[in-house]
Amino acid sequence: MNDATQNAVFIAFQTNDDTRPIIEAIGNDNPNAQITRYPAMVKIDAPGRLVVRRASIEELIGREYDLRELHVNLISLSGNIDESDDEFVLHWNKN
Amino acid sequence: MQVDIKTTSVTQLRNTFSNVARRLGGDKPASRYQEATFDLQSTANFHYRPLWQPELALYDVLRTQIEMKDWYAFRDPRQYYYGTYTIARARQQEVMEKNIDFVQKRGLLRDLSEVERTALIFTLVPLRHVEWGANLNNCYITAYGYGAAITQATMFHAMDRLGLAQYLSRIGLLLDGNSGDSLAHGKALWLNHAVWQNLRCLVERLMVTKDWFELYVAQNLVLDGLLHPLIFTHYERRVSAEHGPALSLLTEFMTNWFNESARWVDSTIKTAAVESPANETLLCGWIANYRKACNEALASYASAVFSQDADTVLAQIDAVFETRVAKLGLKTAQKAL
Repeated sequence: MNDATQNAVFIAFQTNDDTRPIIEAIGNDNPNAQITRYPAMVKIDAPGRLVVRRASIEELIGREYDLRELHVNLISLSGNIDESDDEFVLHWNKN
Repeated sequence: MQVDIKTTSVTQLRNTFSNVARRLGGDKPASRYQEATFDLQSTANFHYRPLWQPELALYDVLRTQIEMKDWYAFRDPRQYYYGTYTIARARQQEVMEKNIDFVQKRGLLRDLSEVERTALIFTLVPLRHVEWGANLNNCYITAYGYGAAITQATMFHAMDRLGLAQYLSRIGLLLDGNSGDSLAHGKALWLNHAVWQNLRCLVERLMVTKDWFELYVAQNLVLDGLLHPLIFTHYERRVSAEHGPALSLLTEFMTNWFNESARWVDSTIKTAAVESPANETLLCGWIANYRKACNEALASYASAVFSQDADTVLAQIDAVFETRVAKLGLKTAQKAL
């Protein structure tokens, strides 16, 4: 996979009060990400790699956050997932 | 028949209220906390001055010497408004109920020896009166303070203190087999026992402190900053080393709560200090005064609880407090202390 479009990953959330800070944090942490707002859905596309950082979300919401809370409002995503306590990373594993 | 599903998008005309938009610098989506906080304080159309204080308006910024250009600068880092606050506390309450149940079922406190139970009652139960004082003081701050950003948080804080007082009473009830004798005894200790009188004197002095921000510093930063670690860190550690973790289960909320609310207290003080050098000087003066007063008030209590280790423990706590104050950006405080 060397084509830029094939390397692209995305994550999509429901549009609501819970996801607003998550989307803002993702936007801040991934300057290359493109955020598109659909009816009731926000889709974030990024070339190659997309990272969701726990610390950035916690800073915005003012409480402790468990990255697994993401899944409550998650619609869909693409890419291989690399998940730790601090980061949730989407990218494609190169074979 | 073929069904085509089409999506129609309805975009809202405005993202938030105009007063919030003005603060955010444009019409952006605002958080619930922002919408439930900004500009809630009534500011206009008060026709009459209060009879009990005609020199000031009903809600007046002059009830403290602290000056702020914008009283909504006191954001709560926890972003508590009614919804988030009650949800957070309800969760913690559930955990505490389970812990209390656990201790009660196994009789973990009830089965301690008479001497040990008396010692626990002596150390912990009168503290419910300290917490009640803290509740009253935070109610005062809420009543006479200015700006919903700080007064809503102090109201939550006041309710927290009532909760702490109740948890301490529950510990008393676990120790006396639900008879309530420990509570009556605790009150007698608070009113008459020599060891408690300095602390009681300080708590009562805070109750008549007029400047609400001074009271905030004295109660929420200094007294809590020195008393809570003394009991809920050092004493708890000592008891659990001797008798197992029964007490730790019952003070878990206090420990978590202290760390959580310290973030808010620190951020409030920091905000006031960076506003102006005049504020900073006031804060430093208050902190230095009350730090001395609190350490003196705690001395006899600490020596009754920790006997010969009291000075070491108090010195440790005071050193931690000093580091905390230094982090608040109070430059002159370090000199004054």
